[in-house]
Amino acid sequence: MPLAQWLKRAQSLPGTPGACVLRADASEYLQLARDAAASGARLLSLWAADESAYAAYLTDGGVLVAQLQNLRAPTGGAPLPGLAELFPVAARLERALFDLSGLRSSDPDERPWLWHGAWRRDWSPLGDAPEPEAAHGSPATGGAQYPFVRVEGEGVHEIAVGPVHAGIIEPGHFRFSVVGEKVLRLEEHLGYVHKGIERRFGQLALLEGHRLAARVSGDSAVAFSWAYAQALEGMSGVAVPARALSLRALMLELERIANHLGDLGALGNDAGFAFGLSQFLRLKEHVLRATEAAFGQRYLLDALVPGGIARDLTLAGEEALALEMRRLTHELPRLRIIYDEHAGLRDRFEGAGVLSPQLARRLGVLGLAARASGQALDLRADLPWPPYDELAPRKCVRAEGDVASRVALRFDELAESCRLVSALLERLPSGAHRAELAAPAAGALGIGLIEGWRGPALIALHAGQEGRIARCHPHDPSWQNWPALEHAIIGNIVPDFPLINKSFNLSYSGVDL
Amino acid sequence: MLKTLRQIASIGIVTEPAPASDEQLRLIRRLNAAIEARLARALTIRHVDAGSCNACELELHALNNPLYNLEGLNVRFVASPRHADLLLVTGPVSRNMELALLRTYEAVPDPKLVVAAGQCACTGGIFGESYASCGPLSRVIPVDVNVPGCPPTPRHLMQGILAALTTPSSAARS
Repeated sequence: MPLAQWLKRAQSLPGTPGACVLRADASEYLQLARDAAASGARLLSLWAADESAYAAYLTDGGVLVAQLQNLRAPTGGAPLPGLAELFPVAARLERALFDLSGLRSSDPDERPWLWHGAWRRDWSPLGDAPEPEAAHGSPATGGAQYPFVRVEGEGVHEIAVGPVHAGIIEPGHFRFSVVGEKVLRLEEHLGYVHKGIERRFGQLALLEGHRLAARVSGDSAVAFSWAYAQALEGMSGVAVPARALSLRALMLELERIANHLGDLGALGNDAGFAFGLSQFLRLKEHVLRATEAAFGQRYLLDALVPGGIARDLTLAGEEALALEMRRLTHELPRLRIIYDEHAGLRDRFEGAGVLSPQLARRLGVLGLAARASGQALDLRADLPWPPYDELAPRKCVRAEGDVASRVALRFDELAESCRLVSALLERLPSGAHRAELAAPAAGALGIGLIEGWRGPALIALHAGQEGRIARCHPHDPSWQNWPALEHAIIGNIVPDFPLINKSFNLSYSGVDL
Repeated sequence: MLKTLRQIASIGIVTEPAPASDEQLRLIRRLNAAIEARLARALTIRHVDAGSCNACELELHALNNPLYNLEGLNVRFVASPRHADLLLVTGPVSRNMELALLRTYEAVPDPKLVVAAGQCACTGGIFGESYASCGPLSRVIPVDVNVPGCPPTPRHLMQGILAALTTPSSAARS
């Protein structure tokens, strides 16, 4: 049946505009997934809390959460219907769900994902049982014994890379099956920076969780802390002052600008053009210094608080930011021409690491990587939350899906973000920068969803007793996009992997949690 | 090509020539002197992310931007631990990274220096010690210098590297 029929049964949820929840049994849970897939919706995330499993879909009207209840009741078989055939991202999400919550899905791949042998397999970090005595002095060795899929054939050999990489980069393992220089298959094995974020959330008060949310993936601190605040504020019913909302949007765009600048520099460098690294990292440093002048922090890890922002913007801060926007608007077009006209860069960028629009759609790819492969998805324009509903952000899309499109998209989005920052500065509302809020009632569920620089950052927040967090589930778009990288590298040569990987620039911390 | 050269010429050298009274200039001079004394002109660093949220990595990248220009001070990040004098570790040590970190530490030739960079590596930070996290780096390998901060600024990182080169404890161990 069409999704609209399901939506009639759904109850609205606080937080991001259009969020709603629908209680389902196992057959409805599966049927809803089929109908969602048929309607073009995307599976955002899966998590478990209390006795329920939750699946969040991104539909045209907002986030639809399917709640599968009474999971602990004996059913004889896997309690959770597998969704991997409908939504490829579900495969790893379900493996992680088993590792953390002990819920097995009916999908065939039962290999561990986050579990590397560091804790007893029969203990679930997000279950009710107390934490077992720490096993010190016996480091987890499961990473080395992971059963990768083998490619057989004459001349095929494997290259194992990581978890420690040759550079300043997060850890993860890549297993390449190659013939000569050509990549036949890449399989990723992540989980190395799993540090127990979701269990840690359960030890915090609702009013302090935003600090941990900001550290889910440090490069997306504003996106995640805003998503957290949006969920919490929705539940508590507080009206966030207009000035705070505008300044949050300003911060979100500054985060996008800083990351895009860093990526453009690194992409030039990975193609042997050190000039690009120097130029873009210089511009990025200026933006970070202006951000510090404006908000007291270079990376805004503690700038956003429930109810508003930690520190109001002063006139001097406004001027520092306006100056940087003028600098970028003046310099970026010049640098873009240099990148566009550089024969060596074009040779490396064009046609490398292609993710076709069809595949991007099938894999449910999100954010920047999706927009570079023809998917016109940007929550700031599609499901605008305040103040984006009044900003009319321009959606940038490219069709080719290669490294060159992901480079071009970053240039496009930089120009648009500079425009948005300038527009926000020009008509900054006056008034308070923070409102007091009370902790919401126990049992409530709030959903936060913010389009960060990498893509949509999701927070599902379950309120507990006495102002505590019962459960908080963060979801980074890298979950959707890591499998796309495995496809984009096929047929390319091994030395192009760093460049292709950088063009996606996915988070390890954000998915390892 | 002409546009590239024009851009280079118009921007000029932006590496910061701090005024004489500035702490940063003294820092750079002292760093140079310490490298000269201990290591004959160059310091090589191997970085390991042992569970960081990736904010510390952003500041490590910033160290190599033209304003801080760490490489210009003969301090270089290297790909192999076997080429490194100093191991710089970020993050609370996740149990899933513990083994890889120990192996990297063992691969750094003696005498070796260790810097714990960022609040998490110093104390476990907001993630603390748990089923998944060992907490402070010093639980796992010997640490010469702790550089707190979330994340530590490039200047704090430079000071931390300097401190590692000049602390008596590290001299005693080597």
